[in-house]
Amino acid sequence: MVFYTSILFDAPHATKYNAQLGVYSRIRYESVMALKGNLRDFTISQLLNLINIANKSGTLVVDGSGETVSVSFRQGKLAYAQKSQEDNSLAAILYRAKKINSNQLQSIKMRGNQMNDKQLGLMLINANYLTQKEILVCLQTHYINLLSGLFTWNEGNFKFENDMPPPSDKITVHIGLENIIMEGTRRVKEWEHLQDEIPSLEIALKFADRPGTNIKNISLSVDEWRVVKYISPKNTLTQIARAAQLDDMQMRRIAYGLIQAGLVEFVRSQGVTARPTSISMSIPAANKEEQKSLINRLITRIRSL
Amino acid sequence: MQTVKMVVTGPFNAGKTEFIRSVSEIDVVSTERKITSKAEKVKASTTVAMDFGRISVDKDLVLYLFGTPGQKRFDFMWEILSEGMLGFIVMVDSTRPETFREARSILETFRAYAPTPYVVAANKQDLKDAWDLEDMRIALRLDKKVKLLPCVASQKKSVKTILLELLYSILEEMDAAK
Repeated sequence: MVFYTSILFDAPHATKYNAQLGVYSRIRYESVMALKGNLRDFTISQLLNLINIANKSGTLVVDGSGETVSVSFRQGKLAYAQKSQEDNSLAAILYRAKKINSNQLQSIKMRGNQMNDKQLGLMLINANYLTQKEILVCLQTHYINLLSGLFTWNEGNFKFENDMPPPSDKITVHIGLENIIMEGTRRVKEWEHLQDEIPSLEIALKFADRPGTNIKNISLSVDEWRVVKYISPKNTLTQIARAAQLDDMQMRRIAYGLIQAGLVEFVRSQGVTARPTSISMSIPAANKEEQKSLINRLITRIRSL
Repeated sequence: MQTVKMVVTGPFNAGKTEFIRSVSEIDVVSTERKITSKAEKVKASTTVAMDFGRISVDKDLVLYLFGTPGQKRFDFMWEILSEGMLGFIVMVDSTRPETFREARSILETFRAYAPTPYVVAANKQDLKDAWDLEDMRIALRLDKKVKLLPCVASQKKSVKTILLELLYSILEEMDAAK
């Protein structure tokens, strides 16, 4: 890992306890070193904690498996976030948040070249279409979701670029990191738990023959219904997640909930070739009576022990 | 000479080695190593590849008992050991509910390897902290049809009962397949 411990003192000011005076004094460190490494060695919560405590400003770039997320901070607060493979324009974010419809999105995109996010935001406010608060809440949610998503990344190279501000044409926010760190940590625990319960998505579900719960009393969310309609021994959870446009964590969470409710149970996917049953390797396959005789001999012997 | 095998599996420290030792006619061939991980240091050593016990039935037939390693990092051995098994026993430490989820996961893994008959042995039922069998059945999400049997792995009589119940299950399955 290329992580320099000295970056811990990269903040404009760090504190040191003076035992004689019994106070904390501020120290200025001259050298500013690169903060880079791998999430395997230094987790996202440790990074955010560092940025928060040191009031750092700059942009954190994390490269995961085929994805890059950039998150900008000002004075230790979240200011902006974007994902490389996603449309990060304000119009797209508002569309995903269902604040504008697809026709409006198209119309904005057509004029998009002449307008940046700040100008678009202003236009929407002046046209009384959305309030400033509504736009900011959408952006805050989007940025927080991108940052929180990083908590489930176990692998990925990161680099914190000091003094690299967010893009000037983007609308920024000012969100404290404490709650994000706490929520992210909770998410990591949930992720670990779900991975324990459902280690692989290459399995299928089937409806329980006798569900343990009264179905009439169950109310399912829209996402759960989307999963339920695909449940079949022929469909692996990976296939269902793809069809229902859910990420790994959402798929595991829904599957776990349905299993816990007694509605469904695991079944080996019919699409996966099961290993041939091995019992014939041990017992003479040809004659059932011979097989039974062998088991009876074992029973007699065990009884005599 | 014909040989058949049964597999004894379950989480770390469930009592698999003890179980095989109680009925094997040979000293159990154990591949144990000292435990280095702090988290798993509830006993001094653990099985890293397999335990191996034997019961001779007659001059033509031998039953081998294979114990799987309990620690997850040795789970690559499970599939190898499950090859050709007659049935399997899932050992669960009745006093350690924190291992129940793992026991369930191991059970499902072995069922996926080979859909042979199995029984679940609730070990350490002689200890005062042992969970009640019906509570364990719920916690382990076991169907009523699955045999969940009380067990004390250090007692031969108890181990015999578990092995016999597994053999009865195998017989029942053969009859049902007719």
